[in-house]
Amino acid sequence: MSLPVQLLWLIPALPLLAAGIGSLTPRSGRGLASGAAIVAMAISFLLSCGALATALAQPAAHLVHNFAWFDLGGSAVRLGWLLDPLTAFMCVMVTFVGTLIFIFSTGYLHEDANFTRFFCFLSLFAAAMLGLLVANSLLLLFICWELVGLASYLLIGFWFHKPSAAAAAKKAFITTRIGDLGLLLGMLWLYDSTGSLLFYDGGQGVLEATALGGLVAQTTIGGLAVSTAIGLLIFCGAIGKSGQFPLHVWLPDAMEGPTPVSALIHAATMVAAGVFLVARVYPLMSADQGLAHVPVHALTVVAAIGAITALLGALIAVAQSDIKRVLAFSTVSQLGYMMLALGVGSWVAAIFHLLTHAFFKALLFLGSGSVIHAAHHEQDIRRLGGLRGPMRATFATFAIGMMALAGVPFLFSGFWSKEAILHAAHNWDVSHLPLYAGLAAVVLTAFYMTRLVAETFFGSPRSEEASHAHENSAVMTVPLILLAVCAVLLGFLGTPAYPWLQARLEGHTEVHGHPIFEGAGLLMLSIVLVAVGIGSGWALYGRRPRANANALDPIEGRLPGLFAVLRARFGFDELYAATVGRLNTAMAALSDGLDRYVWDAAVRFLAALGEFGGVVNREADEDVLNGGFDATNDRLRGTARSYSAAQTGGAHGYLRTVAVGFVLLVLIVMLGGGV
Amino acid sequence: MILTPLHLCLLLSSALFCIGLIGALSRSSSILVLLGVELMLNAANLNFIAFWRYGPNPAAGTGVLFVLFSIAVAAAEAAVGLALVIAIYRHQRSIRLQDARRLKG
Amino acid sequence: MIPLLSLIVFTPWIGAALLALWRGASPGAIRGLGLLFSLSTLGLGLIALSRFDPAITVPQFGETHDWISMLNVHYRLGLDGLSLVLVLLTGIITPVALIASWREHRDARLFTALFLLLQGAALGVFLALDFFHWFVFWELSLVPAFFLIKLWGGPSATRAAYQFVIYTIGGSAFMLLAFAALYAATGTLDFLQLGQYGADGTLNVRLGAIGGWWPRAVFLGALLGLAVKVPLWPFHTWLPPAYAEAPTGASMFLTAVMSKMGVYGFLRILWPIFPTQLHQAAPCLLWLALGGVVFGAFAAMRQTDLKRMVAYSSLNHLNYCLLALFALSAATGQPGTTSAAAAAALSGTILQMFNHGLSAAALFYCVGVLEARSGGRRGLNDFGGVRTAAPIFAGLCGVALFSSLGLPGLNGFVGEFLIFRGVFGLAPWAAAVACLGLLATALFLLTFWQRVFHGPTGKVAANFPDLSLSEILPLLPLIGLMFILGVWPQFLAKLINPLVSLWAGQLPLP
Repeated sequence: MSLPVQLLWLIPALPLLAAGIGSLTPRSGRGLASGAAIVAMAISFLLSCGALATALAQPAAHLVHNFAWFDLGGSAVRLGWLLDPLTAFMCVMVTFVGTLIFIFSTGYLHEDANFTRFFCFLSLFAAAMLGLLVANSLLLLFICWELVGLASYLLIGFWFHKPSAAAAAKKAFITTRIGDLGLLLGMLWLYDSTGSLLFYDGGQGVLEATALGGLVAQTTIGGLAVSTAIGLLIFCGAIGKSGQFPLHVWLPDAMEGPTPVSALIHAATMVAAGVFLVARVYPLMSADQGLAHVPVHALTVVAAIGAITALLGALIAVAQSDIKRVLAFSTVSQLGYMMLALGVGSWVAAIFHLLTHAFFKALLFLGSGSVIHAAHHEQDIRRLGGLRGPMRATFATFAIGMMALAGVPFLFSGFWSKEAILHAAHNWDVSHLPLYAGLAAVVLTAFYMTRLVAETFFGSPRSEEASHAHENSAVMTVPLILLAVCAVLLGFLGTPAYPWLQARLEGHTEVHGHPIFEGAGLLMLSIVLVAVGIGSGWALYGRRPRANANALDPIEGRLPGLFAVLRARFGFDELYAATVGRLNTAMAALSDGLDRYVWDAAVRFLAALGEFGGVVNREADEDVLNGGFDATNDRLRGTARSYSAAQTGGAHGYLRTVAVGFVLLVLIVMLGGGV
Repeated sequence: MILTPLHLCLLLSSALFCIGLIGALSRSSSILVLLGVELMLNAANLNFIAFWRYGPNPAAGTGVLFVLFSIAVAAAEAAVGLALVIAIYRHQRSIRLQDARRLKG
Repeated sequence: MIPLLSLIVFTPWIGAALLALWRGASPGAIRGLGLLFSLSTLGLGLIALSRFDPAITVPQFGETHDWISMLNVHYRLGLDGLSLVLVLLTGIITPVALIASWREHRDARLFTALFLLLQGAALGVFLALDFFHWFVFWELSLVPAFFLIKLWGGPSATRAAYQFVIYTIGGSAFMLLAFAALYAATGTLDFLQLGQYGADGTLNVRLGAIGGWWPRAVFLGALLGLAVKVPLWPFHTWLPPAYAEAPTGASMFLTAVMSKMGVYGFLRILWPIFPTQLHQAAPCLLWLALGGVVFGAFAAMRQTDLKRMVAYSSLNHLNYCLLALFALSAATGQPGTTSAAAAAALSGTILQMFNHGLSAAALFYCVGVLEARSGGRRGLNDFGGVRTAAPIFAGLCGVALFSSLGLPGLNGFVGEFLIFRGVFGLAPWAAAVACLGLLATALFLLTFWQRVFHGPTGKVAANFPDLSLSEILPLLPLIGLMFILGVWPQFLAKLINPLVSLWAGQLPLP
């Protein structure tokens, strides 16, 4: 069975349809909403397998199907689907993990009033994530990227009546959006320079030689090649989404969402989208590698950020006591590993680790969900303990996940993918600092995972909730078991002896293996480091289990200063609140103040000026113009009064006047000599 | 100075006018004042006739026509005057002109 | 032949006249009649849409009659892609705004008649091609708007209404003077003729003949009238009080349609008639538009009155349109300017006009619902937990919010993306600075959403009934279009694209 690229849209469309059904289902329609979501996801999984078959048949090809979205000027804005091994592997992983987590959720959330809404959001997330994977256009990828952010926002704030959840959701959206603005600018720049956003378009795409050649040839601010600048801007988006330093602060807070959400979105899939993005545009990111006289290569920055994040996340995870936060910081750290791998030039190692990590981290999160659900929403490891007995399936699977994450040799998938990354870092000729950061993180990872398992499952219950815990129903344990199986087996897809996955991703049909012990020094070193980590963790937490919930942490007792700093996560949140937060408030106050006290005042001044003119005008009217008229009128009236005095009303007087007048007339005529 | 018929006529009319004027000025009864005024008017009419009859073109009937109009107007005027007198009488029970001073300015 | 465009303009006025004459009608009959006449625009607009040929870029369905032949004034109407988009917007928004005011009890007859009057005036502005009656429609729209705000508005509506009208008239007075000068110089008031004069430089020659500074003074006069109407930052201080105090329906119409009259004026009048002057002034105006984008968004963050917050978001969104236009004008003739970027900027501006109309109207409607439910409260902190009590309302309002913040998949994104695409190609640093506006918009809209809908159920929200069917009705077309245009922008793009390509192609690009 194989799926042609023209039908690739079906993979995201089915969950989208399920989301539509979920949004219109009333609250009572639980079965319909969850059923539609799970069935859609399962069919998408089968389709993804079909797509994988298509892609593996010709792994070197980028199968595309492009179409016009809307007309713009002389051309059109075009989108498209892309099918290559990278897309296909990612789709299979997302749909498989997604289906299992959907099933788990029906058990985890079966008491929640907004059950249907939850599946609507989950399906929306899956649709967006799958859309992101099949996109053959940076624009379509960006659209899905933002929708993924929306779904994440809605799901983190799913228990929106909790103010902390609502605040965490907002923080996640805004923090990732800061990175997204970089991605947006990078995309605009790319669009402006190449006139296209399609990845592959028969030679015209932005990841193909013509466009890349043009981008590398131009330089911009600070002597950077344009491709470097665009690559770094796009990488900003990845920093935000994948919780890389310095935008990692949202990811631990995102654990306010329901645990299946943390498993699916904030561990297995969405946060890996940043890694996927960099892997997808890898030709662009690495285009500047051939340039010698540039200040910095894009991938060097990626490696540096990845190394810092890997170490930082692992350090902070050591001192957290919330089971989900430990896992969250471990995710931050592991994503740092993947970025490190991308940066040192081995994107296949990054994707290999992405895939294995998706399974074992989903497993760990679902396991923690199982614990939390059983312990009545107690998630502080200091108050748990002793769950090994009552929760056997959960313990067993969680332990497998822990060993995969810690990189216990040979049997577990995490070992192989981590080894691939360390090898790549070792072979990087620019600097060995990322390798040292990675090795340090190996010890720390093994240490904090041992601490987590020891505190949660060993010893004796340290609270009422923990002592009443019992194993969950099959709907929750079966997904755990399936994931645990994958967490073990998946590693064998990419062992150095037979690196099938790497070969297919790079487009080779033959697999060239190396002896496992080729780089034996590094291999042995990392095995020793894992042993040191687990051993010290067990020595501190497993041998003498915590007595009660309030007892001091062993590290806290010995190094209180360091522990406090780690527990406070190096104070990043406080730092941001004091800088960015203040700046933001100041900017808002400035804008509002400008309006209120400058522009509005100017308008008021103009209005007052107008009013003043009115006053002047009135005074002039009243005193000067009207006064003049009044005076004239008064004089007229006086004259009239004096004339009217002659009107006595006596007819004789008038007659006398007439007679006198007549006589005068006669006299004038006669004396004038007229007759 | 030879007294032509015109001169005689003019003397008569002058006398008539003076009688009318003195009458109008000296009487206090409104009706008598009105009579005086009529006399003065008729003196004027007599002048018109005399100047026509002894004027350069006695063949044309202009003088007679003028006087006829004048008499008709005088008749109407007398009627109005008498009506005024009656109205005054109604108001103040007297026709003495000295009493009718209400229309002063 | 039926004068389709005259019918579009005057049918609402006929309705207003009928309402004015029909004393003693029942409120239901009045509202029904008003709705019917307001829907006429949509109906006739759809007829026009079906007969419209996007490939013809000159105004179609033209009507020309001699009017005042002594002054060379003609009655001229015409419809091109830009006008059609705005006629359709008016046709959608007015009935929705009338339904939103269905519960307005005080003097429904006058209210409805004024609304129809306003609608007709706005349509006249979008269709007139001669300055004389264009200006009549332009000014006439203020009269009903004034009374709608003053008589049905909030507690300080009188002050807001006066400020709005006097400020706007103050601006248009300068525009009138400017056109008087134009008329004196050219002897015509026909937009197309003037546009031609503007393009071939005749206008500058003739105005320059009067005096050296005349071309600039005339341009500034016209600019001022339009800048106040849009409004361009910082000529906006009338906007927040007017939008906040107006009754819900009027706020919807003011923000969705009347603010577009200003942007339309920029595209139809200022840009074609004064290309050289605009080009000279654009680098400076670009800063002002950027100020509107950034300061508008940040000022919104500071507002505690939800209506004022939405009003500031309108300021922010409309200044994107102006930003694109000014960037285009500033970059005309500069090396590196491409017609692709120009086309993107222009398309983005037109799409943004339509999209902002939908989302801002929906947001004002939602705030109106909150106000009606809580006895006139609309403070940011008065609510809390409304989503628990009213999930449907929360969902629909959420769609409107996300459309406003430009979430891809909803309508707002397409316009903003194209504007940013255009501006980046024309003035990259401006696009980078404007990103701050995008971030701040997201921040305050999410704050709105969080404070009102999330958190524990507050006192007000406790007995907050969800939307009834009749209350959902006005939101449905808006929300539906948000989705449709978000996924299928070709619907609008195909109407305007030939026009935009022509405009972009005519620019003196290097």
